[in-house]
Amino acid sequence: MDTFMEQLPVVVHSLNIGFLQTMKLFFVTLLGALPLGLLICFGSKSKIAPIRVVLKLFIWIIRGTPLMIQLLIIYYFPGLVLKNPVWGGGEGGRFFASSVAFIINYACYFSEIFRGGIISIPVGQDEAGKVLGMTRSQIFFKVKLLQMIKRILPPISNEILTLVKDTSLARIIALQEIIWAGQAFMKGSQGISGAIWPLFFTAIYYLVCNGLLTLLLGGLEKKLEYFR
Amino acid sequence: MSILEVEHIGKSFDHTEVLKDICFTLEKSQVLSIIGSSGSGKTTLLRCLNFLEHADSGVIKVGGKVVFDASDKEYLKESVVRKNRLHFGMVFQSFNLFPQYTALQNVMLAKQLQAKKLPEYKEKKKEILQEIEDEAKMLLYQMGLSERMDNYPHQLSGGQCQRVAIARALALKPDILCFDEPTSALDPELTGEVLRVIKELAETKMTMIIVTHEMAFARDVSDKVIFMDDGYVLEHGTPDEVFNNPKEERTKQFLGRFIANNN
Repeated sequence: MDTFMEQLPVVVHSLNIGFLQTMKLFFVTLLGALPLGLLICFGSKSKIAPIRVVLKLFIWIIRGTPLMIQLLIIYYFPGLVLKNPVWGGGEGGRFFASSVAFIINYACYFSEIFRGGIISIPVGQDEAGKVLGMTRSQIFFKVKLLQMIKRILPPISNEILTLVKDTSLARIIALQEIIWAGQAFMKGSQGISGAIWPLFFTAIYYLVCNGLLTLLLGGLEKKLEYFR
Repeated sequence: MSILEVEHIGKSFDHTEVLKDICFTLEKSQVLSIIGSSGSGKTTLLRCLNFLEHADSGVIKVGGKVVFDASDKEYLKESVVRKNRLHFGMVFQSFNLFPQYTALQNVMLAKQLQAKKLPEYKEKKKEILQEIEDEAKMLLYQMGLSERMDNYPHQLSGGQCQRVAIARALALKPDILCFDEPTSALDPELTGEVLRVIKELAETKMTMIIVTHEMAFARDVSDKVIFMDDGYVLEHGTPDEVFNNPKEERTKQFLGRFIANNN
């Protein structure tokens, strides 16, 4: 296949498959990291000192080291060092390990954003709930949560856009996401080799995806503008 | 019998004593004003009554029943505190309305949450919620806010916000309604409309405790006045006793400017 017009459908088909994997990792991470982040956030405010200290240490390590290294350690450590390849083989195993690494990493960042959101709510809201006889969970869910969501939406949106692009790091353990799919045409795949433009093309996927997400998250912010 | 008995309340923050052996009683349907300079302990006293702070010593009784005893840890339990604080309503200086709810929703919220625990809630959900809504609307009508029920707090003036906050506190039918400097965040015009509402409440025989810097208001609306200074109750009497014949030099000094302006 020599001409661009001949190569294009083959490349697009491959990139689509890669992008599907990218999106899978994106959604799984989001679904796992948001609730786990909230849990870590509550834990890091716990009254029990050991829990607090361990979580602070954990957050420090996760935020202080590259996600790429975390991916490598999580994927290879059980098999190579412990001789117990917990993730299983093939693409399924790579996806499982990537998901775990991404969820842990993003949960730590989310937890700090949640913590900021909680402490930014005036103590008067808490007190008003208390004097009205509300329980602590009622105060959190009925009074503070929506105010907190409104405040953390901009930084969370930032993280979400970053996550879309960060999924490409999973390439380091050969997860067949879109960068991997694009790169394949440099080495040679399906009769195309030495082509770098498929890799450039992947940028369009990220750009369109983040454009849609920006609209969606912006719409959400707008929805919460009804109160201050 | 007095509706409220406060006996030997003491409270320290770190090593600073902010309340020193506070004792007073309040009869049903009376209005008590607490005056004094900033930092004299007025607000802390009110917060101890609402259990937003826990006194280090002393006993609080409502209707003869102990609701707080500093020597008994039982009274620090969250569930006990939550039940006992319902004897008191609280109106804050900065309103503390819930911004994501309308005026009406602000007034209904706590009552709706309470109703969910009623055994008959499932069967009679509709009637119960309707009753809560009717009561809330009635309260807002009393506060002169019928036209403003569906507005969010940021769409209301400070005076309107404070009146919503008063309705919200009244919705739970407290035995004693407490105000912590309810007009300190308001300009003179808005102050007037809030004070008018409080005065109307006094006429309906609501038992109230008001921490305030509005001396003329305290003199006119109260049955009893307490003057606090440096954590002590220095004067305790009728408005006439405290304002016109203060016993302590410190009281005269504090009231000096107010009396000079009014005589």
